Amino acid sequence: MPFSWTEHQFMLNALLAVLLVAPLFGMLGTMVVNNRMAFFSDTIGHSALTGIGIGVIMGLNQPLWAMIIFAVFMAVTISLLKEYTLTSTDTVIGVFSAVAVAAGIVILSRGGGFNKYSSYLIGDLLSISPEEIKILFIVSMIFLGYWFYSFNSLLLLSISPSLARSRGINVRLVEIAFTVALAVIVTVSIQWIGIMIINSLLVLPAAASRNFSANFRQYHFFAVIISGVSSITGLILSYYWDTATGATIVLVAAVLYMVSLVKKYVFG
Amino acid sequence: MFNDIGTSFISPETNCGWCCTEIINLSVVKGHKTIIHNVNLHMHCGELTAIIGPNGGGKSTLLKAIIGENAYQGEIVFQDREGKRRRKPRVGYVPQRWDFDSGSPVSVQDLFLTRYSKMPIWLFSPKKKRGATLESLARVQAEHLIDRKLGELSGGEIQRVLLALAMEPVPELLLLDEPVSGVDYKGRELFYQIVSDLRRKYDLAILLVSHDIDLMRHFCDRMVFLNKTVVCQGYSDQVLKNNLVVQVFGQIDHNKGFQDFSA
Repeated sequence: MPFSWTEHQFMLNALLAVLLVAPLFGMLGTMVVNNRMAFFSDTIGHSALTGIGIGVIMGLNQPLWAMIIFAVFMAVTISLLKEYTLTSTDTVIGVFSAVAVAAGIVILSRGGGFNKYSSYLIGDLLSISPEEIKILFIVSMIFLGYWFYSFNSLLLLSISPSLARSRGINVRLVEIAFTVALAVIVTVSIQWIGIMIINSLLVLPAAASRNFSANFRQYHFFAVIISGVSSITGLILSYYWDTATGATIVLVAAVLYMVSLVKKYVFG
Repeated sequence: MFNDIGTSFISPETNCGWCCTEIINLSVVKGHKTIIHNVNLHMHCGELTAIIGPNGGGKSTLLKAIIGENAYQGEIVFQDREGKRRRKPRVGYVPQRWDFDSGSPVSVQDLFLTRYSKMPIWLFSPKKKRGATLESLARVQAEHLIDRKLGELSGGEIQRVLLALAMEPVPELLLLDEPVSGVDYKGRELFYQIVSDLRRKYDLAILLVSHDIDLMRHFCDRMVFLNKTVVCQGYSDQVLKNNLVVQVFGQIDHNKGFQDFSA
């Protein structure tokens, strides 16, 4: 039955959550892809492991705040370091990524209890509660406000930092605000999507959208649409296939990316 | 007073000769390395100043200090037409050409729309602003490029677009950092011709970093030889005769006009 999934409250909750989060990932993705920050955002996702670990050490029931604070700390540290060191950005990020993953695993595997946390690796969208959806809603609204006011500066910065500076933009502030926004959105969503695949949800919709777009408005629009379509489709498919939701969503996004490639290279 | 005559009869076609950007004792130190030191320069409106010098001589560093990207010691003071002094002129900046990601869907119109900070381009695409962009692009003979992606433009085209953007709003000091290096001769000549015309039309003070010594000799009003500091400055023919300049660039043949440079 095509609509049997709508009979379950947990599916409707998941659908609501996806409708809130998917557009944000599409939007953020446009800038992640244009600034070649895919590796950076991947590291932010990985840092969640250490964030959870810190939360556990502090005896928190819900490690979300520890995760967010640690992810923001990582994001700001990396963006400052890449400015002040001569080491290549790849290396700096690689080191941080490795340390964040290793430290997280060491803390969480004490006493052989890592399995408790494996839901963070693959995500569990179907367990989302109305309370948590409320948090997602508030975060989304704040993000939209941010995205409204700093988007044009961010775009100019992504084209040329020197040009942005010459036009009176506070380059460092805009850059740090973006990394913080990215860290918060990724971390808030991570327990629903999963550490291992969250980055694909940032990269795939924007990468696919590029192949359909002639200007930035279209790029942004299609990224949001592709992200939304793959999230809803993936959620429903995961219900019928009985598979992990996050990964199913990513597979649908990957299929749409292939379609965009065919569109670009076959039809021009 | 003499100055009043100068300002009251001002028209865009004439050089007021009064507004001026002064760079006073400017130094840039990075780590323990002094990139440039004690640079003193005056740039008057209506005047195109060409900066020449060896690689690593600090030409780009000077421009980046003026736009605020490099921290510096010293002062940059702007004096407007009424003789009022304030810190820093309103600058327009054309960066060195760099390779745009050709897959990036940023169009020329997108680039111009970033000027309106309260209208994020993912939400607005106002028709009115399109006319404003076309007017801007007309200054550099580039109206036809408005809907093209930046990554699809040739080197000369993209630099003309960036020049049009730097003219929006009309700056008090226009900075060009090797704007057309790597562009073919025709493209460079067209670019310099446009810059030169803008100087007269808008009475612009222009600071231009270039390796095109021969073309510069033709277009610039004044030449500055920068090698860590201002080694010499003046009319291009004087500067190019200076021994220290000859050591870097060789003897420039005065009978050889810029036309022959293409051969």
